[in-house]
Amino acid sequence: MQMYDLPDARGHFGPYGGVFVAETLSQALEELSAAYDACRRDPAFAAELDYELKHYVGRPSPIYHAKRLSEHFGGAQIYLKREDLNHTGAHKINNTVGQALLARRMGKPRVIAETGAGMHGVAAATVAARYGMECVVYMGAEDTKRQVQNVYRMKLLGARVIPVESGSRTLKDALNEAMRDWVTNVENTFYIIGTVAGPHPYPMMVRDFQSVIGRECLEQMPALAGRQPDAVIACVGGGSNAMGIFYPYIGVEGVRLIGVEAAGEGLATGKHAASLCAGRPGVLHGNRTYLLQDGNGQIIETHSVSAGLDYPGVGPEHAWLKDSGRAEYVAVTDAAALQAFHDLCRMEGIIPALESSHALAHAMQIAPGMPRDARLLVNLSGRGDKDMHTVAERSGIQL
Amino acid sequence: MSRIAQRFETLRTQGRKALIPYITAGDPAPTLTVPLLQALVEAGADILELGVPFSDPMADGPVVQRSGERALKLGVGLKDVLSMVRAFRRVDADTPLVLMGYANPIEAMGTDSFLDQAAEAGVDGLIVVDYPPEECAAYADSAKRHGIDPIFLLAPTSTDKRIAEVGRVGSGYLYYVSLKGVTGASHLDLSDVAKRVPVIRAATRLPIGVGFGIRDAESARQVARCADAVVIGSRIIQEIESAGAEHAVARVKTLLAPIRAALDAPQ
Repeated sequence: MQMYDLPDARGHFGPYGGVFVAETLSQALEELSAAYDACRRDPAFAAELDYELKHYVGRPSPIYHAKRLSEHFGGAQIYLKREDLNHTGAHKINNTVGQALLARRMGKPRVIAETGAGMHGVAAATVAARYGMECVVYMGAEDTKRQVQNVYRMKLLGARVIPVESGSRTLKDALNEAMRDWVTNVENTFYIIGTVAGPHPYPMMVRDFQSVIGRECLEQMPALAGRQPDAVIACVGGGSNAMGIFYPYIGVEGVRLIGVEAAGEGLATGKHAASLCAGRPGVLHGNRTYLLQDGNGQIIETHSVSAGLDYPGVGPEHAWLKDSGRAEYVAVTDAAALQAFHDLCRMEGIIPALESSHALAHAMQIAPGMPRDARLLVNLSGRGDKDMHTVAERSGIQL
Repeated sequence: MSRIAQRFETLRTQGRKALIPYITAGDPAPTLTVPLLQALVEAGADILELGVPFSDPMADGPVVQRSGERALKLGVGLKDVLSMVRAFRRVDADTPLVLMGYANPIEAMGTDSFLDQAAEAGVDGLIVVDYPPEECAAYADSAKRHGIDPIFLLAPTSTDKRIAEVGRVGSGYLYYVSLKGVTGASHLDLSDVAKRVPVIRAATRLPIGVGFGIRDAESARQVARCADAVVIGSRIIQEIESAGAEHAVARVKTLLAPIRAALDAPQ
């Protein structure tokens, strides 16, 4: 297999990625690229990051062989990468620790972030508290109502949460507003983007920080399962947990990479968030990628039971991996994800995030058709405590 | 010579500065866009900037965002904007018109198809906010071949290298964004404008327009001391917003006329 060395110097993954921003941000992004390049080459930065990941985040996260679940479906063995066991309960903190350390090196005392369900906002607020930085989190006004507990968690951690009233009042609008804040306060402010989207260097940088997930798997799978998996499966909203586990496997032959998008009420209904499966290329939030858009090129609203997958774009590297054929992308409905959620709760005693439940659902769909010695590695990107209200409501239960 | 270049040439020989107002197409109503453009010309506009509504206007402040949302609610898309330009051209064949917007609606239409239609409709220039020169060399060449000026933004943070690059790729005029932030912010820094515009002028022969944060006759007059053109947007849209559909046309005229007078008054 050819050496994979994307993106290029200006952040292109084939025709995707790049730096599509107003001139007012160009200089800030160049400064960020230069600072990140310096840190990448600095062993002291790597050592500091490793220390924090080990002692503050709790890495490495284990891989767990879900034997009862595998037995139940009667085919491939299902292994779970337990990112739900990280501090703050999801993979998001791998990235916020990295970016906060970078912000500190750049001498920026203020960090801002966008958040949808609130998990990235909590992870950003957490590291801001940890490193003594001021923190402002932008969150769609609709989402602040749906995720009251996470709003309170962020406030407990000392962050200011600003509800965004513009546009559709969801994640994409929070991202727009965070960009506007950054343009205005660029001298003292570092923008911690939560996923592998946005203008270069964000897709590359977030991927690099998250790829600790896949690097651990490369070592853990042979030790636990005797060899590398036949397929790696991860949910894709913006796509950071998927990029994190896929990236180290891109050059490993014989390992399928499967990204699972949110099909919501079904791709045919139009009520979904499956940019790669049902969108087409365009430009949003600083990069070229697959987008859910109408005939006039306006970005449309997305639907998913899982707020973390509710994004009309997707990281540009996924767009490239799709076109190049190295990764496959499928979509799983709300109903299938909820079933997988309940199955994992009852058969393994693990309450998964609804986002991760999409990846699980796909594993459960393909496992029965595979031999018993096949191995599926699912990225269990987060825990489901935040989803209690949603799941209860769907089951007709008032908490 | 393009309509824009011609207009700047005429103004230069007259010793006058260009006044460039901005409105969002379709706000407050699609039927009012052409009357508003005409009113702006009657009040002394030299070049018109017409905003194309987009669902995610990352570089715009709340005033321009709200006007875009109003237009989108009325279903105004890029095709409709081009129809408005055609209608305007039937009543005004001379005033240069620039479309300003974001890349995605253009790419959704297909860049070449859009440029064909824009040229045919009578568009003279294009500002695509999220197309920096590095990402759009092909688009800029193609626009020029269609007789349309690709106009680029410069910011207080733009390096000398970028200023030179923008001067090379762009045509028509350069649009200097006179503050850090989004459209409609209130903190115009006149000393920065006075310092930066000569630096830009040294690197390009294109006329220099200054915008973002110009709100009245006085700030326009001060900016015009060093710039070739004064761009005023959010303040006009605010006026349209508060006037409502019935009074919008009369009110923008009343707003713009004294700014024109201030620009033409002996300095």
